[in-house]
Amino acid sequence: MEFKSISELQSLLNDKKISVKEIADTYIKKIKEKKDLNIFIYFNEDKIYEQVKNIENFSNEKKLKAIPIAVKDLFCTKNMPTTAASKILENFHPTYESFVTQRLVDMGAMFVGKTNLDEFAMGSATNTSYFGNTINPLSEKDIPLAPGGSSGGSAAAVAADLCLGATGTDTGGSIRQPASLCGVVGIKPTYGLCSRWGIAAFASSLDQAGVFSKNVTDSSILLEEMAGYDQRDSTSSNVKIPNFSKELNADMSGKIIGIPKEYAVDGISDEINQVWEDAIKSLEKKGAIIKKISLPHTKYALPTYYIIAPAEASSNLARYDGVKYGFRADDSNSLDEMYELTRSEGFGKEVKRRILIGTYVLSAGYYDAYYIKAQKVRKLIANDFVNRFSECDFILTPTAPSAAFPLNEKQDDPIKMYLNDVFTVPASLAGIPGISIPYGSDKKGLPLGIQILGKHYNEQEIFNAAFALEKDYE
Amino acid sequence: MNNNLIKGNKFEWETIIGLEIHAQVKSKSKLFSNSSTAFGSKPNSQVSLVDAAMPGMLPVINQYCIEQAVRTGIGLNAKINNYSVFDRKNYFYADLPQGYQISQYKYPIVGEGKVTIDFKDGNSKDIRIVRLHLEQDAGKSLHDQNPTKTYVDLNRSGVALMEIVSEPDIRSADEAGLYINKIRSILMYLDTCDGNMQEGSLRADVNISVRKPGDDYGTRCEIKNLNSIKFIKQAINYEAKRQIEILEEGGTIEQNTLLFNTSNGKTRPMRSKEEAHDYRYFPDPDLLPLDISQREIDKLKSSITELPDDRKKRYVNEYNLSNYDASVLTADKYVSDYFDDVINTDKSLKNSSKIVVNWITSELFSILNEKNVEINKSPITPKYLGRLIKLILEDVISGKIAKDVLIDMYNTKRDPETIIDKKGLKQLTNTNEIEDIVKEVLEENQKMVEQYLSGKDKLLGFFVGESMKKSKGKANPKILNEILKAKLSKKN
Repeated sequence: MEFKSISELQSLLNDKKISVKEIADTYIKKIKEKKDLNIFIYFNEDKIYEQVKNIENFSNEKKLKAIPIAVKDLFCTKNMPTTAASKILENFHPTYESFVTQRLVDMGAMFVGKTNLDEFAMGSATNTSYFGNTINPLSEKDIPLAPGGSSGGSAAAVAADLCLGATGTDTGGSIRQPASLCGVVGIKPTYGLCSRWGIAAFASSLDQAGVFSKNVTDSSILLEEMAGYDQRDSTSSNVKIPNFSKELNADMSGKIIGIPKEYAVDGISDEINQVWEDAIKSLEKKGAIIKKISLPHTKYALPTYYIIAPAEASSNLARYDGVKYGFRADDSNSLDEMYELTRSEGFGKEVKRRILIGTYVLSAGYYDAYYIKAQKVRKLIANDFVNRFSECDFILTPTAPSAAFPLNEKQDDPIKMYLNDVFTVPASLAGIPGISIPYGSDKKGLPLGIQILGKHYNEQEIFNAAFALEKDYE
Repeated sequence: MNNNLIKGNKFEWETIIGLEIHAQVKSKSKLFSNSSTAFGSKPNSQVSLVDAAMPGMLPVINQYCIEQAVRTGIGLNAKINNYSVFDRKNYFYADLPQGYQISQYKYPIVGEGKVTIDFKDGNSKDIRIVRLHLEQDAGKSLHDQNPTKTYVDLNRSGVALMEIVSEPDIRSADEAGLYINKIRSILMYLDTCDGNMQEGSLRADVNISVRKPGDDYGTRCEIKNLNSIKFIKQAINYEAKRQIEILEEGGTIEQNTLLFNTSNGKTRPMRSKEEAHDYRYFPDPDLLPLDISQREIDKLKSSITELPDDRKKRYVNEYNLSNYDASVLTADKYVSDYFDDVINTDKSLKNSSKIVVNWITSELFSILNEKNVEINKSPITPKYLGRLIKLILEDVISGKIAKDVLIDMYNTKRDPETIIDKKGLKQLTNTNEIEDIVKEVLEENQKMVEQYLSGKDKLLGFFVGESMKKSKGKANPKILNEILKAKLSKKN
C-alpha cells in the first residue's frame, strides 16, 4: 500500500477507510522490510503504538493527524533517544522536545523513528555516521549508492516510502543535496524561520531546519507547521508564517528567473546541464522571463563555508566532553586525559577533522586571516544575492554536481566530498531559502535535482516555482 | 598625598596596580537562562538545560542583567556603548559545561569611566576605568567531597558577572583597598551587586608590577581570584616585595598568572607558560549583537537615585561633616541609609549630626558587632535610635542611661520611651527630689563634708557619685552639681 500525499492519507482517515493503528501497522511493516538500507538509527514499534493511542484522541482537524514523519536524529526528542549519529551521544535520552518536532507532535504527527545522518551533520553521504551509512533506496542491488547527506536518512526514508515527510537540517546543503540524490522534494527555509531550539548544533549561524516530502504540496504543509517564532532562539525570526499550501500557485507568467552563470562550472555532466536547460525552457513556456545574472563571489563560497562552519562547530562541540552526559572514556588519570580519550574515541574522523580546522582558524594569529576574512566574504556573497534579487524573483540552478554516487566513492577524499555542496553552500551563507525538486534523470535513470533559491522569507515564491515545475512530471 | 614608595635594599620602588573586579549582577535569574541565582542552595538544584549545556540548548539574554550593567556603567561615570557583542571564550574545564564562556571581548557594553577614592588626610584621587563587560560565571568544582573524585556544582554556572577593569592607576595596597570599597559601595547603592565578598559576589584579579619612579612600566603579574580586601592587600604587599627582590638581585620578572595562598601569605604560579590558553574568542553566533538606544540609557539614568559621592557631598554641606567622615559614613549604603533615617526622625537631630554619627558608629556598632548582625537587619530601628538620641539631647535621660536603654532596645525591640517609662529611668530634674537626695548623702557622710569644707575640693566628685547612686543614675548631673555646690557652700 502506498499513500501519495498527506491529503490522500487524511481523506482516507476522515472517511474512516483507514485507522490510525492501521497507518502505524502499514509503515512499521514497510520500515522492517527496508531494514537493510540502514535508514533509521532508532526504530521501535512500541514507541509508535504508544503514539497511536494519543493520536487517536486528536481531532481530525489537526492538520498532520496520523501523518507518518521520520525525524533526523539531530532533533532532540523526548520519547526517543538522540545521538546525532555520534558515539559521543550514544544512549543519550533528552528530557526535552525540540521546537520543530514539538510543533509536529502538537499537530498530530506520528514519528516513525530517528533517521541516520552524517555525524553531527558533517558530511554529504551519510558515511560519517557512527551507525554506518544509509543506502540510497534507488540503488541497484550490486552497487549501493549514497543517499547524500547529511540528512541522508531522512531523504531515503521519504524515497523508500517509509514516511510521508521527514525533518532535516541544512547547514551547507544537507537537505537539498540528499533530496536531489534520492529524488524527493527538500526545502531549506530562510535562516531563522524554524527555531534551532533542541537541535544539536553544528554551525549556529548556518543551521536551519527544513523538510523532505514526496511532493511540493506536502513540503509546504509541513513547513507551515514547523516554522514560527521561538523566543528561546535569539536568531529565530519573528515573522508571520504564510499559509504556504493554500497560497500555492503554478502561474509563472511574468516571473523573472535569474540564471547565474557562475553555476555553470567545469566538471558538471552534460546530463545535469541538460536538465537545468529543460527546467529553464519549461518555466519560459509557462510565461516566465529568463534573465542571465552574475553572482560574482560564488567561487569563494565553498572555502568561506569551510572556514565558518568548522569554526562554529569547534566551539559548539566543546560541550561533548564526557563530564555531564553521553560517552565518557574509562581509565583516565586526569581531567585533561579524560577529555582527550573521550573526544578521541567519541568523535569520528570527519568531526575531528572539522574541529581541528575550526580550532585552527580561530586561533591567535590566524583569526583575522581566516575567520574575519571569511565573514567579510560571506557578506559579499550575501550581497550578491540581495543585489540580483532586485531584478529577479528567484534563481534557478542545479542542486548537486552529480546524481547519487556509489557508496565507496569519494570516501577517502574529503575535498571531493566537500565539492558536493558547491551549489547549495552560497544560499546557506546568505541565509536565503532554497528548495530542491527532482527534475529529470541521468542515463542510468537516477534522479537529478533542480534548486530554486528565493529572497529572504519568500518561501512562497520558491514553492510556487517548484509547484509549477513539478507539473511537468504529473 | 601619601608617599607610596617602597624602600628596597638598594632603591625606592613604585607599585603599579590595575584591578579586574568580578561583580556578580544582582538579578533573580541567570544571564542567559531563567534559573535562580540564589546563593547557598542544594548543589545542582538551580540548573536549567541551558546551564548544563544540553545539546541544542540556546542562550537568551536576560534584559534585566543588561539594565544592571548599564546602571553600573552610569554609576562609574562611564560611557555606555550603544552597540556591544557577546563573544565565546573557549576553554575546557569541568565546571564550564558549554566548553566556552559567553563574555564580551572586542565590544564591551560599557567603556571608559572613573571613580574617586578619598584619603584620610582629606585628599582624593581618580582611578580610571577601562571598561565593564558582562560574562557568565562558571560552576564550582568540589574537590573535597570525595578522596578520589571531583564533583561539579552548576548552580553558579551562567550567573551574570560584570568585569570592571581599571587602568593601572593604583599605587599601593591601601589605594587598592579604597578603590574596591568604592566600587563595592557604588554597586550596592545602585543595587546592581550585593557586594558580598564572603559569598564570592565580588572578587578581584590584581595586575601588579613595580618600577623605579619615572621609569616605564615593568613586567606585570596577575594574581587571580582574591575575595577579601585583606587578602588583596596582603597579596599586593607580598608580590611587590617579591618582584623588588628579584629586580634588585638583577633578575627579571616573568609575566605570569599567580594564585595567592591565604594560609602562608605567598603567591605562586597558577600554570606554566606552555599551558597558556588561546581562548579563540569569536562572536557567539547564537546571540545577536546588543543594541541599546540612547533613550533606554537616559531612562535608566533618570531612575538612578543618590550615589555615594552625591551623598557624601550632601553630608558635608547639610551636616557639616568632614569629607573623610562623610566618605566613611557613605561607603556602606546600609550604614548611610540608617544614618539618614535616624537623622530624619526629628529636625533637632540635624544640628547634632556628630552625636548621631557617634551613636551609630560606636554604641550601635559595638552591639551589632558583638551579636554579629548587619546594620540593615538591626532590631533597633533608625526611628527608635533617633528618638533615643532626641531624649538625650532633651535631657530626659543621661547618655549613660541611654547606653543601657539601647541594649534593652536591642533585646526587646521596644521603643525607648516604653523602656524608660517601665523602668522609671527618666532623669530626675525635680529640684526638690534632688535636694532631698543630696541632703541624705551629706548627712550620711558628715566626715567627708568636714574634710571638703577644710579644703579638699576634690571630694565634690565623691558627693556627686554617691548622690547619683542614690538616684539610681537618674539625677540630672547639671542640676545635681548645682544643688550640691549650693548646699556645701551654705554649710561653710
